[in-house]
Amino acid sequence: MERLEIQKTYKIFIGGQFPRTESGRFYSLQNKKGDILANICLSSRKDFRNAVTAARGAFGGWSGRAAFNRSQILYRIAEMLEGRKEQFISELILQGASSKTALEEVTLSIDRFVYYAGWCDKYQALFSSVNPVASSHFNFSIPEPTGVVSVIASEESSLIGLVTAIAPIIAGGNTCVVLASESKPLCAVTFAEVLNTSDLPGGVVNILTGKSDELHSHFSSHMDVNALSYYRKNKSEIKTIKENASLNVKRIFIYDTLDITSDKAQSPYLIFDTQEIKTTWHPIENVGSAKAGY
Amino acid sequence: MSKKQENKIGLDFKTDWAYAPAPEDTKHINLQKQYDLFIDGKFVKPNSKKYFDTTNPATEQKIAELAEADEKDVDKAVKAARKAFDKWSKISAKERGKYIYRIARLMQERAREFSVIESLDGGKPIRESRDIDVPLAANHFFYNAGWADKLEYAFPNRTPKPLGVAGQIIPWNFPLLMAAWKIAPALAAGNTVVLKPAETTSLTALKLAELIRDSGLPDGVVNIITGAGRTGAAMVNHPDINKIAFTGSTDVGKMIQKAIAGTDKKLTLELGGKAANIIFEDAPLDQAVEGIVNGIFFNQGHVCCAGSRLFVQESVADIVIRKLKDRMETLIVGDPMDKNTDIGAINSKEQLLKIQEYIKIGKNEGADFYQSSCAVPGKGFFCRPTLFLNASQSHRIVQEEIFGPVLTVQTFRTIEEVIEKANNIAYGLSAGIWTDKGSKIFNLSSKMRAGVVWANTYNKFDPASPFGGYKESGFGREGGLHGLMPYLKF
Repeated sequence: MERLEIQKTYKIFIGGQFPRTESGRFYSLQNKKGDILANICLSSRKDFRNAVTAARGAFGGWSGRAAFNRSQILYRIAEMLEGRKEQFISELILQGASSKTALEEVTLSIDRFVYYAGWCDKYQALFSSVNPVASSHFNFSIPEPTGVVSVIASEESSLIGLVTAIAPIIAGGNTCVVLASESKPLCAVTFAEVLNTSDLPGGVVNILTGKSDELHSHFSSHMDVNALSYYRKNKSEIKTIKENASLNVKRIFIYDTLDITSDKAQSPYLIFDTQEIKTTWHPIENVGSAKAGY
Repeated sequence: MSKKQENKIGLDFKTDWAYAPAPEDTKHINLQKQYDLFIDGKFVKPNSKKYFDTTNPATEQKIAELAEADEKDVDKAVKAARKAFDKWSKISAKERGKYIYRIARLMQERAREFSVIESLDGGKPIRESRDIDVPLAANHFFYNAGWADKLEYAFPNRTPKPLGVAGQIIPWNFPLLMAAWKIAPALAAGNTVVLKPAETTSLTALKLAELIRDSGLPDGVVNIITGAGRTGAAMVNHPDINKIAFTGSTDVGKMIQKAIAGTDKKLTLELGGKAANIIFEDAPLDQAVEGIVNGIFFNQGHVCCAGSRLFVQESVADIVIRKLKDRMETLIVGDPMDKNTDIGAINSKEQLLKIQEYIKIGKNEGADFYQSSCAVPGKGFFCRPTLFLNASQSHRIVQEEIFGPVLTVQTFRTIEEVIEKANNIAYGLSAGIWTDKGSKIFNLSSKMRAGVVWANTYNKFDPASPFGGYKESGFGREGGLHGLMPYLKF
C-alpha cells in the first residue's frame, strides 16, 4: 500500500511558539489548478496584540546583546536557511514560481542574511560620531534601536520579501511583528521554523498570516509599536497608516517602490531607518597643561 | 587610623590555597612530527632541505620539526600569491566574504584543539588560549568577513582596491591571534598573503594552514612559510611584495622601515610598548589591583601593550602596593596546561635569559626588587611575578621593554607630573587610567600619547576596536574599520 503523506499544519509564530490564531479563522490557499495547498491562519487584532507583547518583552534582551552576538545569530539563520533550501524551493514552486526563480529567491535570501550578519557590528561605526563641541565636553552620538517595529511585508514575494524586511530590523537590535504575504504564505511559516532553530530568542521576530486590509489599521495604531515598515502599494492603506502613526508618533517607512530582489534592497541605511540617535555629553576636567583636544 | 593599626591581620595564602591539578586533555589534538611549507594550497618540502625544532617551553621537549624557508621558498610563495591575486581579486566581494566566514566557522569548531596546541607550543596558560586567543582569532575572521562586500560604505567617496600581495611577519606572543589580525583584513580587502609566524610558535599557524586548505579557499591566496629572521628578511626584500605588515620588536621594525625605503611597498608596524598604568587616589582600588595584575602578568607579560610601568598616586601608594603584593601571592605559576595556572611558561630560553638580565639590571640600578614566593616547576622556563618598587624615570627597566612578568612601580603627586612621566618615553602603544572620575578619564585619555587608552580596565581587545601605536610603537591600525585601511588603496 502506498504511504500516505503527513501534511503540515501552517500556524503563526508568536513569542517563539507556534499557536493557531486565537480567532479560529482560516483561509484556504489554492494553487492555479484550484487544489487546496493548506489552510492558513487568518490572524486577528488579538493575535497582533499578543505578538506586540511578545516583541516588547524580547526587546530588552535582544537590544542588549553584544552586536557581535547578534551577528553570529543572523549568520546562523543563513546556515539554517541553506540547510532547508530544498524545502523553500518546493514551497515557492507550489506557490507558482518556476524552479529557476525559486532557486534564485532562496539563494538571494540566504546571502542577504549573511550580508546583514556582517552589518550587525559595523553600522555603528558608520553612523556614530564624536562631536567636537566648543565647550570642554566629550560628546558622542550613537545609533540605538527604536524598539518594536510592525511590518507589512511584500505581497508579491514570499521568502525574499520577509528576509528583506526582517533582517535590517533585527540586525539593528529591534524586535518585530510581521504580516506575511497573503497569497504566498507558505514560506513564512517555514521561515519561522528556521528562526526558531537559530538561537534567535523567542519574540524577536513574530510572524502572522492574514489580510492587510483587516490588520493594517491595528499595525499602525497600536500604542506600543515604535515604527512601521510597509512594503505594499495600496494607497489607501498607506494613508491610514500615516494618519494612525500620529497617535504615538510612529516612524513610518513606506518601501512601495523598492525592488526587493535588487541590490538596492540591502543597505546599512535600511538598518538606520529603525535607529534612534543618542548623544551623550560628559565633562572633561581641564587639568594638565592644556584643554583636552576632542 | 594610626599606621600601627593597619594590616594587622596579615594574609596567609600558603595553608589553604592549594589547588588540585586540573590538567587539560591533550589527547584529542592532531600533530605531525614534521611540517612543511604551505605554498599554493599544498604542503611542500623546503628548497633549503633544512628543518628546525619547535619545543614546549614548559617541558623543554621537542614537539615537531618545521621547514626553514630560504629565499627560493619565499620567492615560490610570493609567486603563488601573485598568481592567486588575479583570481582572488576578481571573485565577487560577497563570495570573498563567504570564504572568510567559513574560515571563522571552522576555527570555532576546532577551537579547543587550537587552544591546546597554542599552550603546548607557546607556554601560555590554557585558560588564556581557550578564552582569549582562539575565540578572538575566530572573531577577527568573522568580523572582517563582513567587511568584504561593504568597503564602499567604510570609505565613502572612494573606490577601495586591494594592494596585491601582502607579506606578513608576526611575533611569538599571540601566534594564532596575530595571524588572524593579519590575514583576516588582508583577505577581506582582496589581497593575497604570505605569512611567516615566529620560529618558536609556528604550530597554530600551520594548523591554520590546514584549516584554510580544508575551507576550499583558492590555492595560493594564503601561503604560510616558517623560518627565522633570514626568512623574514627575504620577504621584506622580495621585489614583488606590495605590502609588509610587521608585528614585533621596535629594533626589527626600524630595520624593515629602512630596508624598504626606496621601494613602493606599503608598511604597517606594530612594535614594542612600555605602557603607563596610572592609579589615582580616587580609583576603585581593588579593581585597580586586578587591572595591574591583568596588565602586567597576562600572558607572562609577553604583551606589547602590557601595563609595565605602574604609576600610583602617593596618597594611596602604600595600600595599593600591599594589596598588589597580596594578590601576587595568590598567582599560580606553572604548567600551562593546568586550568588553574595564572602565569605559564616563558616562551623561550632566550627570552627567559633576557628577562633575567633585566632583573639584574634593575637590581644594579637601585630599584627595590620584590618577587612573590610561589613555587616554580624545576623544568621548563618560568619566572615569578616581579616588582621593582621605587623605580625612577631614568632606569633602563623603566625605559626599555622587558616583555616579561616584571612591573616597575613609580609614584606621583599631581596629574601634570604623571602625564609628563607617562609620555616621556619613546613608545606610545597603550595606557591605563584608574579613577572614579569620568572627567579625569577624558582629560587623561586626550593627554596620553598612545594609540589605545584603557580606562578602569586593561588589556581588552575586540575585532571591532582599532589597535596600534603612536611614536616608536609603530603606525597603522589593526581591528575595526581603520584596520582595513592598511590593506587598501583609494
